[in-house]
Amino acid sequence: MSKYILLRHREIPDINKLDVYKKNGGFEAFRNAVTAMKPDEVTEIVKTSGLRGRGGAGFPTGLKWSFMDNNNWPHYVVANADESEPGTFKDREIMESNPFQFLEGVAISSYAVGANAAYVYCRGEFWQVAHYLDEKIAELEEAGLLGENLFGTDYSLRIYTHLGAGAYICGEETALLESMEGKRGQPRLRPPFPPSFGLYGKPTVVNNVETLTNVPLIITNGGQWYKDLGTEDTTGVKVFSLSGRVKEPGNYELPFGTTFRELIYEHGGGIIDDRPVRAIMAAGASSALIVADDKALDTPMDYASVRELNADLGSASIIVIDDTVSIDWVLNKTVHFFKHESCGKCTPCREGNYWMSHIIERIHDGEATQNDVELLHSVANQIQNKCLCALGEFSIQAVMTGIERFPQDFEAAVK
Amino acid sequence: MNKIAEKYADEIQKIIAKYPPEEKRSAVMSLLYIAQREDGHVSKQDISEIAEILEMTSTEVATLIGFYTLYYDKPGAKYRIQICNDLPCALRGADEFITKLCEKLGIQIGETTEDGLVSVEAVMCLAACDKAPMFQVQTGDGLEYHELQSVESTMELIEKWKAARDSQVS
Ligand SMILES: Cc1cc2nc3c(=O)[nH]c(=O)nc-3n(C[C@H](O)[C@H](O)[C@H](O)COP(=O)(O)O)c2cc1C
Ligand code: SF4
Ligand code: FES
Repeated sequence: MSKYILLRHREIPDINKLDVYKKNGGFEAFRNAVTAMKPDEVTEIVKTSGLRGRGGAGFPTGLKWSFMDNNNWPHYVVANADESEPGTFKDREIMESNPFQFLEGVAISSYAVGANAAYVYCRGEFWQVAHYLDEKIAELEEAGLLGENLFGTDYSLRIYTHLGAGAYICGEETALLESMEGKRGQPRLRPPFPPSFGLYGKPTVVNNVETLTNVPLIITNGGQWYKDLGTEDTTGVKVFSLSGRVKEPGNYELPFGTTFRELIYEHGGGIIDDRPVRAIMAAGASSALIVADDKALDTPMDYASVRELNADLGSASIIVIDDTVSIDWVLNKTVHFFKHESCGKCTPCREGNYWMSHIIERIHDGEATQNDVELLHSVANQIQNKCLCALGEFSIQAVMTGIERFPQDFEAAVK
Repeated sequence: MNKIAEKYADEIQKIIAKYPPEEKRSAVMSLLYIAQREDGHVSKQDISEIAEILEMTSTEVATLIGFYTLYYDKPGAKYRIQICNDLPCALRGADEFITKLCEKLGIQIGETTEDGLVSVEAVMCLAACDKAPMFQVQTGDGLEYHELQSVESTMELIEKWKAARDSQVS
């Protein structure tokens, strides 16, 4: 049994070369789907697998594909390679090191929803990644694995990269589509959702890079094979991006349900200088701060269990915080990020983050009083549930939970 | 006369061909990068040329430059060193790295060295959080990642750029 489903480059050298990828079964799943399966059958297998989106929201992938409006054509697939959540660096490793498996996932999903064109939206900073993918796509076209009349059928598919230009909000799927259309990347009002009104107003599936990279092996080995991995509610494997104060930060592919303790201490080598761990952020900068007590450390990382800690697993970007920094310093960083990245479309998010950044800076500089801490909490409270997209909610997670769960840090910081 | 359209005709055709014929506008982000290639920023003239090529208004093009961080409406350093000091990198020494590098170069964050060669900017997460301190270098012609850096390794890089510039001059 191989150790990896996604980070297979770690055990198969040169899997980024097409002949090596093909020798290891590459593009057999796509060939098999196109030549021997109906699109709906492909979607059914993905449904059976229990695969849920890895971009953060955890929406069931097969179900999303089945929502595509079949009365409106053409259909599109867009791979979300915007990867901008602080603490997340898994999609980049996948695309740089196992690019063909990702592209085969894009191809299979395109066949499943009847798309003849797919786009990979790369954040602008992934300039090198996008050019690398362009080369890989050209190789696939040359090898007859992308292009017209694939495998002698009437199915045709082209894949293109599209480069963004620096904006976290473009990871939000409707902002991403606006950006692809040559506009400012600001979220759309929803509904309608992309499977009925997506790119150019056409039905569109938007899926995360990691989500799609799971697909080839699911088609090869069957939905049940995948469902048997992970936990009941969160099936399969995940690439956990581990960062912060650990000895060995990096990506770790593990089954869902692995505990925080195992990730941090067995895989991540423990905390730098063997200091105590104080707080964990499980979904990057968008996370609630989890108090890292024994109960939290022994919590399995699946969506439901992390929710019981009043936090979210999101994209599983685990930022580890020890006692060398204070929580007001942490909030100063997260608020600065969201203030910078708010797209400005709605007032509570735009103005709220502006105010939060002023207040947290004052607190962190030691110029504030306890009243300012309460004011900060109340500004965050006023942002809650009033925003057009989830960024507004993300921006207050660390603020509210930081103040509520680590009050001693704020008492120490104020006059 | 449309300089961009003439100079990059083939490249622009290829870019536009990625999108449906009636959706040329999707090419605008790529064309803005092309406009920056020569002198690192997008000029007013560039904006109206791009607008003409893609049948957009100049305002529609111009508004993108302010929205996306990788476009510039003013000239800047030849090499923009964009260091990530977001939370995960800052937990691994990114802030100290910036301070020391700036000291060494005698500039503040956001400033350019006197010779116009290098600027140091602090930016948000670049999806390389396990490899701090890290930065990307943006030039007119692209973007390059440099991970697990030190002040020494960065200064060596800058020396190389200086040498390249001086050999071009002479
Ligand atoms: C502010 C914001 C940023 C996001 N950034 C990303 C991102 O970088 N990559 C990603 O795949 N999804 C991101 N998402 C989630 C997407 O909107 C969308 O749910 C996802 O791409 C769907 O793919 P999945 O079902 O495969 O996860 C973001 C959402 C929000 C609200
Ligand atoms: S919540 Fe913030 S990021 Fe989202 S649409 Fe509103 S202003 Fe833009
Ligand atoms: S926080 Fe610096 S690269 Fe992610």
